[in-house]
Amino acid sequence: MSDIVEKTLTALPGLFLQNQPGGGAAAAKASFSSRLGSLVRGITALTSKHEEEKLIQQELSSLKITVSAPTTTLKMMKECMVRLIYCEMLGYDASFGYIHAIKLAQQGNLLEKRVGYLAVSLFLHENHELLLLLVNTVVKDLQSTNLVEVSMALTVVSQIFPREMIPAVLPLIEDKLQHSKEIIRRKAVLALYKFHLIAPNQVQHIHVKFRKALCDRDVGVMAASLHIYLRMIKESSSGYKDLTGSFVTILKQVVGGKLPVDFNYHSVPAPWLQIQLLRILRLLGKDDRRTSELMYDVLDESLRRAELNHNVTYAILFECVHTIYSIYPKSELLEKAAKCIGKFVLSPKINLKYLGLKALTYVIQQDPSLALQHQMTIIECLDHPDPIIKRETLELLYRITNAQNITVIVQKMLEYLHQSKEEYIIVNLVGKIAELAEKFAPDNAWFIQTMNAVFSVGGDVIHPDIPNNYLRLLAEGFDDEAEDRSLRLYAIQSYLTLLDVENVFYPQRFLQVMSWVLGEYSYLLDKETPEAVITKLYKLLMHSSISSETKAWLIAAVTKLTPQAHSSNVVKRLIQEFIISLDTCMRQHAFELKHLHENVELMKSVLPVNKSCEDMVVDASLSFLDGFVAEGLNQGVAPYKPHHQRQEEKLSQEKVLNFEPYGLSFSASGFTGRQSPAGISVGSDVSGNSAETGLKETNSLKLEGIKKLWGKEGYLPKKESATGDEAQPIPQKSVIMENVNQTVTKKDQPQAHTQSREEKEKHLLASSLFVGLGSESTINLLGKADTVSHKFRRKSKTKEINSGETTSTHNMTCSSFSSLSNAAYEEDYYLDTLQDRRDKKLKQFSLNSELLDSESFTELPVVEKLSNCSMSAPSLFADNNLEIFHPSPSTAASAANEISVASLLEEPTEHMHSDLMEVCNNETISVSSYKIWKDDCLLLVWSVANKSCSELKSANLEIAPAENFKITEQPECCLPIIEAESTKSFQHSVQMEKPFTEGTLSGFINYQMIDSRSAQLEFSVTLSLLDFIRPLKISTEDFGRLWLSFANDVKQNVKMSESQAALPSALKTLQQKLRLHIVDVIDNEGLLACQLLPSMPCLLHFRVHADVLALWFRSSCSALPDYVLYQCQKVMEGS
Amino acid sequence: MIMPEEIQQQIVRETFHLVLKRDDNICNFLEGGSLIGGSDYKLIYRHYATLYFVFCVDSSESELGILDLIQVFVETLDKCFENVCELDLIFHMDKVHYILQEVVMGGMVLETNMNEIVAQIEAQNRLEKSEGGLSAAPARAVSAVKNINLPEIPRNINIGDLNIKVPNLSQFV
Repeated sequence: MSDIVEKTLTALPGLFLQNQPGGGAAAAKASFSSRLGSLVRGITALTSKHEEEKLIQQELSSLKITVSAPTTTLKMMKECMVRLIYCEMLGYDASFGYIHAIKLAQQGNLLEKRVGYLAVSLFLHENHELLLLLVNTVVKDLQSTNLVEVSMALTVVSQIFPREMIPAVLPLIEDKLQHSKEIIRRKAVLALYKFHLIAPNQVQHIHVKFRKALCDRDVGVMAASLHIYLRMIKESSSGYKDLTGSFVTILKQVVGGKLPVDFNYHSVPAPWLQIQLLRILRLLGKDDRRTSELMYDVLDESLRRAELNHNVTYAILFECVHTIYSIYPKSELLEKAAKCIGKFVLSPKINLKYLGLKALTYVIQQDPSLALQHQMTIIECLDHPDPIIKRETLELLYRITNAQNITVIVQKMLEYLHQSKEEYIIVNLVGKIAELAEKFAPDNAWFIQTMNAVFSVGGDVIHPDIPNNYLRLLAEGFDDEAEDRSLRLYAIQSYLTLLDVENVFYPQRFLQVMSWVLGEYSYLLDKETPEAVITKLYKLLMHSSISSETKAWLIAAVTKLTPQAHSSNVVKRLIQEFIISLDTCMRQHAFELKHLHENVELMKSVLPVNKSCEDMVVDASLSFLDGFVAEGLNQGVAPYKPHHQRQEEKLSQEKVLNFEPYGLSFSASGFTGRQSPAGISVGSDVSGNSAETGLKETNSLKLEGIKKLWGKEGYLPKKESATGDEAQPIPQKSVIMENVNQTVTKKDQPQAHTQSREEKEKHLLASSLFVGLGSESTINLLGKADTVSHKFRRKSKTKEINSGETTSTHNMTCSSFSSLSNAAYEEDYYLDTLQDRRDKKLKQFSLNSELLDSESFTELPVVEKLSNCSMSAPSLFADNNLEIFHPSPSTAASAANEISVASLLEEPTEHMHSDLMEVCNNETISVSSYKIWKDDCLLLVWSVANKSCSELKSANLEIAPAENFKITEQPECCLPIIEAESTKSFQHSVQMEKPFTEGTLSGFINYQMIDSRSAQLEFSVTLSLLDFIRPLKISTEDFGRLWLSFANDVKQNVKMSESQAALPSALKTLQQKLRLHIVDVIDNEGLLACQLLPSMPCLLHFRVHADVLALWFRSSCSALPDYVLYQCQKVMEGS
Repeated sequence: MIMPEEIQQQIVRETFHLVLKRDDNICNFLEGGSLIGGSDYKLIYRHYATLYFVFCVDSSESELGILDLIQVFVETLDKCFENVCELDLIFHMDKVHYILQEVVMGGMVLETNMNEIVAQIEAQNRLEKSEGGLSAAPARAVSAVKNINLPEIPRNINIGDLNIKVPNLSQFV
């Protein structure tokens, strides 16, 4: 049967081709309609991949002819398109049909259009150039009166749409938010969500409309808008706290069954909506007590209502539990949530068990006793047949690892590692093992053995940070010299043993690690001479399986060892061998070695023993070549230009027709002059690197790189402050060559004895896994201090926090769990910090609530839900009022502040500055800040006022490193003493590293009180792009020149408010509010320039037509114009 | 994220192998491999007779919620096709896409109410009816094919699975 099908099929294309010139339209149509069916049938009948390929190729070539034939009707095209989709789905290239898909979407009737859109969305990707051709069709369909067309267009927009064409459809889609059909409104919201994803800047101005969608009378539209809110709140929750009440009200109604029965799924009311809301609440309530308090009731109710034994109720329960554990804690809820987790973990259903484990992983750090309760289940899951469950269990164990259970847990992880083959899992797990080993290793031998296992199993896929970090740990050592020595010695000895084993191949990364360690620390060996080590390395070098990168590491190790060796036959042989190598890199190394070898004294000074951690001073600007350069320039050599500059010049010269508005004479030299100093040094640096810098230097350079990646400030100081003085004395072990597995087998022995009784074994395992958890729980609940001491503490180069131990108890932000005494303390803190924020928000609040109200009442009949929504805003508002009149201890001090401010401000008066704003305070201290917009940077001045009547010691103000800011500390940032009732100031200069609209900078101040109690206060300030924008004073000619050299441009029309509807007032607004420099004004056009500090120019050309302002930005940075445009829109539309 | 065709095919293949070798009594979630974009992504699948429905989602989705969403999707397919079988999905993969578009749009859950989805699809189908003629023919072809004893069932699974998975990936990733 299948044979027959196949034969008919292969004959079909031929038949079809015969049909076509005959012009028998009816016949052609008949053959078309069943073509997909026969194609599918044909394919299923085939037996080999090869045959399939043949058949599809045949099909494709016949399709190709058909789609490009002018006689093909749209109806036939639609058929063809489905078959093309089918072929693409099977993985064959049907790109010839893409353009026809777009045409079909454009020209066809509804049905054909639908196929066309579908084909486009399946064929093309977001950046495909053909997509631009679709824009017009989409615009047309969006304007159509036919609902189906509009809906199709919205669907395709939310699937793929070119980012740069968003402005073309945005207003149309915004209009659709008011459409009478809810399905259209809903789809429009999702399309806007898509825009928010790919170009958040472009939809920033319609946030008000999102709020309206949230209050839509149709539940579906409201649900769709939650997607946007979830996303936006995830990015920054602070701006949406005012909506908490609304979300809570909505959830309350959903849970209470107020929605129409249509929304029930297995008699659970709108489960997906509930899940979404719970997730939003989770983000809003995180670390925010006030907001959290609003949601306790509804969470409790959700837990209570979700009792039905259906899959989807568990989904809700899971989200609920997760939310309860994420927000500010409430003990009754936590108890209930813990019970729920038990339900999951103990469930026989494997999906629920998986989620139970996941929930445990979330909560384990807050409440380790939960893990103790479920320890037997966890042990069972460790041996579960499903690898996913196993992995989740390991993840859980990873979170509860401490110094006591590390050996057992790492052993379990290694077991799993040996079984798994998937690269992703290996990389992930190996990283975790390495991290744990570094933190908690019980002794040197175990640590080295475990790292050996990590390197040999992880192979070459492991994250490069692991070997780098490991080497850095070895190189930098700890506080104890003897300990360093024994660790290094043990490492060397274990590597030499490993290398002695015949016929074993180690991963390249591992060999690199070995060669570095051997090269650096072989001098520690007594018995084996450097020669012996060199011989071993030489043997490796000659091995065929070694990659050339590893060879470079090996030869570097040999070079380091050579000065220590007495006889050097092997080295000579090696030099001979590689001096003729075809690999230029190796040849280079061999030559270097040869020349160094000839001068042993020099070699010893270049390659000193055990100096890998000393910093090397490198003249990166190659200033010693200045004479040479000057001589060259004198002789008329062209000055060096960096690559990008040469390309820019080339590009601008290639322009045949000048379409640019400022076609002034273009001379390269002026522009070159501006940039060349930096350019030359960078360029020569790169070119000089290969020849001038020696081997040793490349090594130390690598280490430099590591330091940057693993910013020490990242996680070490925190832990150090907690452990402070209680670091365990590390047992001195005389390290002899231990059997590789000895430590592991020792641990195994007790288990081996009891193997007859499986249960007993499990209990034993449990006790070894969960050791140390119970005792810790109380401490963790209190202050969350990491009490586990770290075996391998690195020497910390960061500033020591003087009063380490006491700081952690007073560290107020980290205490999501806090003891009672803390709670009262904290409340004050929250009140005070929130207060001034509220002041500002108050205005927004009232605006928003007005908006909500007015809109909701002009709408059609208001559903009960809606009125509740809008009710919640005023109630929140009232709440605020109360707090503002709350007597706060800071008011008394503020008067004192005023005076000191005046004295502070005297110095920087020549610059513009902001008003003083309090950022944080408590009963003894208050920190205020203001910004000084200096020409070259933003200067943040913090004034710290001591309100108490005793002096404070060792006050220290630190700003946490922020992703987008570069912060430079001014000298006097640590003050020995602040006298009673006096004010001191600190300064930081800040620069923005890459443009963005707004960012927060957070930091803390700590100080010691007279009774040597120390305290810490945290604060944060918001910095906006405008803080970093400065006028760029250039001439019109320079403007023209720069304009041409910039590639990134953005155009946008902005409507002006009436008051500015003239050029001068618009100019004034831009100049005053955005600090743009007015370069020139020609008729109704204006040229403005600004720069983002330190020196990123952005140019603006604008033209006024009636009340529309046509803005055109250009900059050398791709993101900057977007951001400046956004600010422009804000000031032009806002005022 | 733009993925070349080969990678897409590789993802489909590997996903298929991953889910195929999993028993029915183990969990329906697969944590992300490097192929689908790392730890933030998950495969959530459901197994119906010879068909696997696989969704690839990021961490902003609830696992159990998606499992039930698949159920909604399948039940909707069942309503639209009247006793859906894998052949329906293969021969009408365009329709499957339309239905999916009503459930998930641009990677986000649009509608979970089955009646609503069916109503939307029926509204579209009415258009088709008015076109007439053309739609009747494929239906005949299907009924013909249904009677053929297909020799290679696994290939069908692959196709059915592919049908559903590809759009999701491109939407989520």
